[in-house]
Amino acid sequence: MTVTVLLFASYADTLGKSQLELDLTSGATVSEVLGHVRAMPGAERLPPAPLVAVNERYARRDQVLIAGDEVAIIPPVAGG
Amino acid sequence: MRSTLTDGPIDTAALLAEVARGANGATLLFIGTVREVNDDRPVTGIEYSAYRSMAEREIADIIREASEKFGTSDIVVEHRLGELTIGDASVAIAVAHARRGGAYDASRYVIEQLKKRVPIWKLEHYVDGTREWVGAAGQRVAEAIK
Repeated sequence: MTVTVLLFASYADTLGKSQLELDLTSGATVSEVLGHVRAMPGAERLPPAPLVAVNERYARRDQVLIAGDEVAIIPPVAGG
Repeated sequence: MRSTLTDGPIDTAALLAEVARGANGATLLFIGTVREVNDDRPVTGIEYSAYRSMAEREIADIIREASEKFGTSDIVVEHRLGELTIGDASVAIAVAHARRGGAYDASRYVIEQLKKRVPIWKLEHYVDGTREWVGAAGQRVAEAIK
């Protein structure tokens, strides 16, 4: 199954892209997405436990994904 | 209740007009502005960006929570995105309530939650020509949902 990964702000700069598609096995969780992202060049500058949102909702590491999910890796927010 | 992410200047007078109702005895307008110095570094401007669809949803959730907690539906929030210079309004929150206590509580709740939860980022531009992403309250959210 394919999920879309979104990267923003400092993470997009660090990893050199703002969006990628990942092909995962059925039953994969947020943790596996983070594992893939961590293998990218520049990912050593990401914090150990970045915030993640699935389909625009903050999500836990163990959330199971389904095909077509939008997984966003969220840098420390700084609105206001 | 209404919230918007906007690419243009915020019309704060229009926000106040929007929350005005005869039942309200207290009206508050909070405006966040770009400061000329941050952490001792002189700033020339800030570029705001967002995960737009989620940010809109999250602000709408916050307003709904404030409305339920503090008992007013007269809450309007606008947050600006893009390039801002010193003194520009980055966020404005208008709240009207029957009583001042509820108005202060609701206004405070909205700005504090917005800073903790809404996926908006700022890239600060400094006088020396460098730029840096500003990290803020994100870690607290990370702790909360881990």
